[in-house]
Amino acid sequence: MTTPPVPDVAVPTSKRQGALRRLLRKPLGLVSLTVLVLLVLIAILGPLYGHNPNFSTLKDINVGPGSPGHALGADQFGRDILARLLASLNVSLISGAIGAGVSTILGTVFGLIAGYTGKRTDAVTSWVFSLVMTFPALVLVLVLYPITGGSYQVMMVIFGVFLSPGTFRLVRNLVIVVRNELYVDAARVAGLSTFRILSRHVLYVIRGPLIISVAFLASTAIGVQAGLAFLGLGSTLVPSFGAMTSDAFANIYTAPVQLVWPSLTLALLTGSIVLLGNALRDVLMDVGGVAKAVKTKGRGHTSERDTATPHIEDDAPHGGLLALRNLRVSYTQPDGSERLVVRDVSLDVKIGEVVGLVGESGSGKTQTAFSVLGLLPREAHVEADLLSVGGDAISLSDPAAMRGIRGGVVAYIPQEPMSNLDPSFTIGSQLVEGLSAGMSKREAKATILALLARVGIGDPVRTFKSYPHQISGGMAQRVLIAGAVAGRPKLLIADEPTTALDVTIQAEILDLLRDLQSELGMGVLLVTHNFGVVADLCDRVIVMQAGEIVETGDVRSVFTSPKHSYTRELVGAILDENTVRSDPPPRAAGALTSEGTK
Amino acid sequence: MITFILRRLISGVVLIVVVTGVTFFLTHAASIPVAHNLLGPTASPAQVAHLNHQLGLDRPVVVQYFSWVAEAVRGNFGSSYFSSQPVGEALADRLPVTLSVVLVSLLITLVISVVLGVLAASKRGPLDFVIQAISTLSFVFPGIIIGIALVFVFSIWLHLLPAVGYTKFQDSPAGWFGSIILPAIVLAIGGIASLSAQIRGSLIDELSRDYVRTLRSRGISERSILYKHALRNASGPAFTTFSLLFISLFGAALFVEKIFALPGYGFYAFTATVQGDLPVMLGVTLFSVILVVIVNLIVDLISGWLNPKARIS
Repeated sequence: MTTPPVPDVAVPTSKRQGALRRLLRKPLGLVSLTVLVLLVLIAILGPLYGHNPNFSTLKDINVGPGSPGHALGADQFGRDILARLLASLNVSLISGAIGAGVSTILGTVFGLIAGYTGKRTDAVTSWVFSLVMTFPALVLVLVLYPITGGSYQVMMVIFGVFLSPGTFRLVRNLVIVVRNELYVDAARVAGLSTFRILSRHVLYVIRGPLIISVAFLASTAIGVQAGLAFLGLGSTLVPSFGAMTSDAFANIYTAPVQLVWPSLTLALLTGSIVLLGNALRDVLMDVGGVAKAVKTKGRGHTSERDTATPHIEDDAPHGGLLALRNLRVSYTQPDGSERLVVRDVSLDVKIGEVVGLVGESGSGKTQTAFSVLGLLPREAHVEADLLSVGGDAISLSDPAAMRGIRGGVVAYIPQEPMSNLDPSFTIGSQLVEGLSAGMSKREAKATILALLARVGIGDPVRTFKSYPHQISGGMAQRVLIAGAVAGRPKLLIADEPTTALDVTIQAEILDLLRDLQSELGMGVLLVTHNFGVVADLCDRVIVMQAGEIVETGDVRSVFTSPKHSYTRELVGAILDENTVRSDPPPRAAGALTSEGTK
Repeated sequence: MITFILRRLISGVVLIVVVTGVTFFLTHAASIPVAHNLLGPTASPAQVAHLNHQLGLDRPVVVQYFSWVAEAVRGNFGSSYFSSQPVGEALADRLPVTLSVVLVSLLITLVISVVLGVLAASKRGPLDFVIQAISTLSFVFPGIIIGIALVFVFSIWLHLLPAVGYTKFQDSPAGWFGSIILPAIVLAIGGIASLSAQIRGSLIDELSRDYVRTLRSRGISERSILYKHALRNASGPAFTTFSLLFISLFGAALFVEKIFALPGYGFYAFTATVQGDLPVMLGVTLFSVILVVIVNLIVDLISGWLNPKARIS
């Protein structure tokens, strides 16, 4: 990669600039922000109302709303409810600010230190914060109440400490991600001091999630302060939603309406803060689902539709194992448009034939292969004029039918062996589960053990009982091959089956695939970017670029006289690859080299 | 395995010592006028000094601490200054009340969260909205308001359940259930909010993993993939959340016990802390931390068992 890492930095900048404007454009964001700002203003202007919230007179006990001098009435001590409400709002806002402030400062400072400085400090700080996290916070706030001298502010400081582990973990994890990113490396190389890197770059990136967490911390602190006051902790001279609720609760049979005011205002306050947090999250973070589609999308619209119109085989699927006509795969983009990543791809695989599907990453070859398996992510829109496997036409939009052919008719060998085994189950149990239901447990086990031996695993019994993390990558790939052929499929789809393996093992796996293919008479659709592998295994090759087939033909003719410029590039690339790797892959690669130099 | 448990136990003991130690010194440094509180405002300085001497409060704080530790390790946590009831005995009386509420609420939380989380992860769409709505509601309406609203609706308005008080399970299982179900629901709402979101998130993560696609490629049913494979792999993180929930519900129980007038340990702790009843405050702290340590140990053991990598090594 020679491109400078500029875009990584640029993206958040442009995102942030419009953040406030986009927040205000969302109804939820606009309403919650307005309500919150109004509440803060009311709290600030509250003293202008002029009533002492603690002044009580006997004559006003429990007067209803609208009584002279008491817009919302008075409570059972004759205190003005509106005055108490205004004072409570103040107390709540201060509580939220203290709780969120203390926890955010503590969590951020230590999160930055732990995430940035590395192992030892990280281990110690993380341990301390994980201990704090397991503390029964409310119990300790309660027990420590006497040392606060009844001050709700001090209580909120203590509670803020107990809230800090969440922020700590958030910041630490984000910092570790950011630290490993290129631009911090670049900044470090450029000789910036640690402090400047932390403040300029790291804080910049983490501030979005941090702002959101502040909203939730503040509402938690406000809720807890109300709860503590409800219990009766704190000075009786400090009005609070909790104390008001508690007074009203005691009075519930006489004047239930008194419960409404503090509950409603409190809900309005925490609600506006939380919903503002939600709206901020929507604005500052991309909402999921799209990222994956983008990752697998095609190279772009630069396709050259001009040359070498692909040779499309006879439309009738007779004698064929797989027939696919005009496959189209598209994904909905964030802006609502559809992006085609596979356009009108048609291909055939005959019984016992090995077909290579070649192209660089993003060419749509994997999307095509997964379409045949019915295994594309649910965000994908897949359609084709015809899909027929083993002579039977199947609807791509019928998940049950697609599941029916998987395993027994079409099987799949993945690219990355380790991540394709379920880490929580033994190899044996995973493989046995895939066998068709007609088999007894013992038969299934015997079948799998025999298969494991067949794919070249030295100690099948032991591997059967092992968990995936206990075996090597090469072994795992053999296990996956065993799993794929266990159902005696007619068509095997192999997605870069050797790419993730050591070079020495690559050759062995290719040999194994070739042997199994001829032994079982399977048709194989081999997805790869490596023409060496194609030359080694395939009868025919299909070349894809930018979602389209640009060339098809038998291997020899494509190699000797590639028609499309892109194919020529790909064929040329294997020469480079061989020089770089300096390992002689199995025989055919040698033959290739000589062919290529002719 | 044994070294793992031992290491956990040692760090648990460290936690207990640190938390009770900090609590001890902080509360003693706050110089709560215990003798004054006991004797009333008319007590003479001589009487106060005499009582302080009797209670051992005139000794240096460090000496008091070690004598408390020495007694505590022998199972004697002292007696309440005010009621003279031994702390251990009092806690043993009140624990069943709080545990009833917390455990029932955890059960509700677990069942509903798993159902909601699994459905939201596998179906997406409207259920996602339900989960979001619950979690927002639980933030918007603090537990006390939800609690009061439930009392109002079910007890005062519909007369379906007793508003306050606790019935022992031995006395009447139905009465017991009636007396704890509302507080348990109040606690469960917050729990469901966090646990269902956690389960949903982990499940969506798991369902997008490579191994799930490979299992699908072998024709394995969606049911097995969701309930056996994905749920199993998602259970680790969900379980950690669940354990943190257990601890936080124990704290939140303080509030609901007050609303529903349940004679649990929260009410006991509250009275003690207002009066400055030091032995009770320390007993409550010690007991809570021990509970946390036990829960964490169980959680570690279960997560280890759930994760084969940890299990073998």
